Amino acid sequence: MSNENGMPKKNVLSAQIDLKKFDFATEEEKKQQDVMSESTTFFKDSMRRLRKNPLAMGSIVVLAVILLVIIFAPKIVPYGYSEIITVDGVRDKTAKNLAPFTYSKMEQQYMDKGGKVFPHIFGTDEQCRDYFIRVVYGTRVSLSVGLFASIIVLIIGVIYGSISGYAGGKVDLIMMRIVDIIYSLPDLLMVILLSVVLGETLGTAIKGTVFAKLGSNMLSLFIVFGLLYWVGMARLVRGQILTIKQNDYVLASKAIGTPAHRIIRTHILPNCLSVIIISVALQIPSAIFTESYLSFLGLGVQAPMPSLGSLANAARDGLTSYPYKLIFPAVTIVLIVLAFNLLGDGLRDALDPKLKK
Amino acid sequence: MNKYVIKRIGLAIVTLIVISLITFFAMNAIPGGPFDSEKATSPEVKAVLEKRYNLDKPVVEQYFIYMKNLLHGDWGVSIKTGRDIWQTMSSSFAVSAKLGGMALAISVVFGVVLGSIAALMRNKWPDRLIVFFTTLMTAMPSFVLATLLLYVFCIKLGWIPVWSATSHNYLLPVISLALYPMAYITRLTKTSMLDALGQDYVRTARAKGVSQKKVIFKHTLRNALIPVVTYVGPEIAYIITGSMVVENIFTIGGLGQKFVTSIYNRDYTMIMATTMFLAIIMVVANLLTDIAYKCIDPRINLE
Repeated sequence: MSNENGMPKKNVLSAQIDLKKFDFATEEEKKQQDVMSESTTFFKDSMRRLRKNPLAMGSIVVLAVILLVIIFAPKIVPYGYSEIITVDGVRDKTAKNLAPFTYSKMEQQYMDKGGKVFPHIFGTDEQCRDYFIRVVYGTRVSLSVGLFASIIVLIIGVIYGSISGYAGGKVDLIMMRIVDIIYSLPDLLMVILLSVVLGETLGTAIKGTVFAKLGSNMLSLFIVFGLLYWVGMARLVRGQILTIKQNDYVLASKAIGTPAHRIIRTHILPNCLSVIIISVALQIPSAIFTESYLSFLGLGVQAPMPSLGSLANAARDGLTSYPYKLIFPAVTIVLIVLAFNLLGDGLRDALDPKLKK
Repeated sequence: MNKYVIKRIGLAIVTLIVISLITFFAMNAIPGGPFDSEKATSPEVKAVLEKRYNLDKPVVEQYFIYMKNLLHGDWGVSIKTGRDIWQTMSSSFAVSAKLGGMALAISVVFGVVLGSIAALMRNKWPDRLIVFFTTLMTAMPSFVLATLLLYVFCIKLGWIPVWSATSHNYLLPVISLALYPMAYITRLTKTSMLDALGQDYVRTARAKGVSQKKVIFKHTLRNALIPVVTYVGPEIAYIITGSMVVENIFTIGGLGQKFVTSIYNRDYTMIMATTMFLAIIMVVANLLTDIAYKCIDPRINLE
């Protein structure tokens, strides 16, 4: 009962393999098994998708250029943001409301004598200050307000949201009711009201401290952001955590006795990172919007410190004669907000391709 | 449904109470009272005035008196002008309501039309143009847009007269208020329209030979409009805050401008009254939007 191989004859239904039916793999076939590309991580993959998005990349370039300008321009341009232009040590009263790239009479005379004057790239304002450097500092202020406000929102929102989502039950219910109420407050109205009140009351309280340099309006802006705008982030994080905490690895981690704060930090938060990043990227332009709006109402940064909103507001007075004074800060706001919006959209598509329509 | 409505009304009432608490205690936190004017008032007169307006009582008691007066329609007296706030507010609110109402109508109508065009002609030039335009508009603060419009059309070209007491020209203020929400609604309509066009019932309708017109108007647009409805509440809030700067730029004597002037003048009672008034409008608008949303689409489970 054996065939020529000396093996017992197979049952028809046997799963025993007949080795004769197989060949050795050729070199060419072996090559097909080679790993052609390195394995990627989630973030590498997302960044690859982001790089393919021309709008998002363009936004990064625009933001990088703006960043470089606001970092290095004050080092190159020899004027200060509140400095009245002087020629050869003498106050230049003729350098009022100059058009871009023009010189005042005194500067012209000085240059004729062989002196050197740095050109006024955006001209000068009604108080004989170089306008370019004011726009640069305004952009600095607006961008840092946007950034810091978003960081405040990020910290409060993530901590609150993760506690609420992870704790669940009654704690979650009460915490979310508070969020619901703050969420339904008319935000800008409350921002204006609180800015007025805090601006008035903080002024005396912070006198002589480090905060005085920041100005009470600016400080109240941050406080208001910290009080009102974190709710969106908290809701987002809570929603994410509610789904993530159902996963088995969280259960396993709980089973071996990991404390709650470590589970949240090491197992849950990294998984909601993409949602948080997108939300922060879109929070920055909205904070810049709010700041410029408040500055426009005269509730923003303290003079002589400029911000893009207050520059645009000041430009309204001489609008008929000097329209460029509105154009420069306005275009800068639009560029920054547009770039952040497009970058945020790009990040959303890259980090969460499921969402893409 | 009823449970949801009751819950939602409860939340709105709580929100209004919170707003009233914030505004009232914020008003009292500011140093100086309503009768500390530049002209020194004698202590006796001040005491009489304070007694008359119940300012000599503890703050918590004052809050309840304030709320009682508010519920009876008494908004108090302006610090700076000494006039009755309700009279000032109601006359200026008429102008703002007209302005805001027009902006709301225009943004919804144009937004829905443009959004539908963009969805139906996806990736063709009208779509690209609309997408470009809406992206730009959502990055433009209303005060920048309003100032630019004022400069170009009123000053440079002189096509439209500048707003004055005798000639009311709503065109530019309405445009500057409506463009941002319009851009937003356009994007909203486009996404939900594309979503609706991909649904099975649209394919079924097409398969059984329903005309394109009927497919668009009866099957897609109706469903695509649901998200637009939800935006109306937030949009009213946006238009109210937007009108503060827009009215100021175009020097329209509406409620928005009154609010901004009261900020400049540090007219606290006026700031508080206007905040409360506008907040009530916003909260009620949001409440109605949420309930309408639930009525339109009973499938939606908001809880």
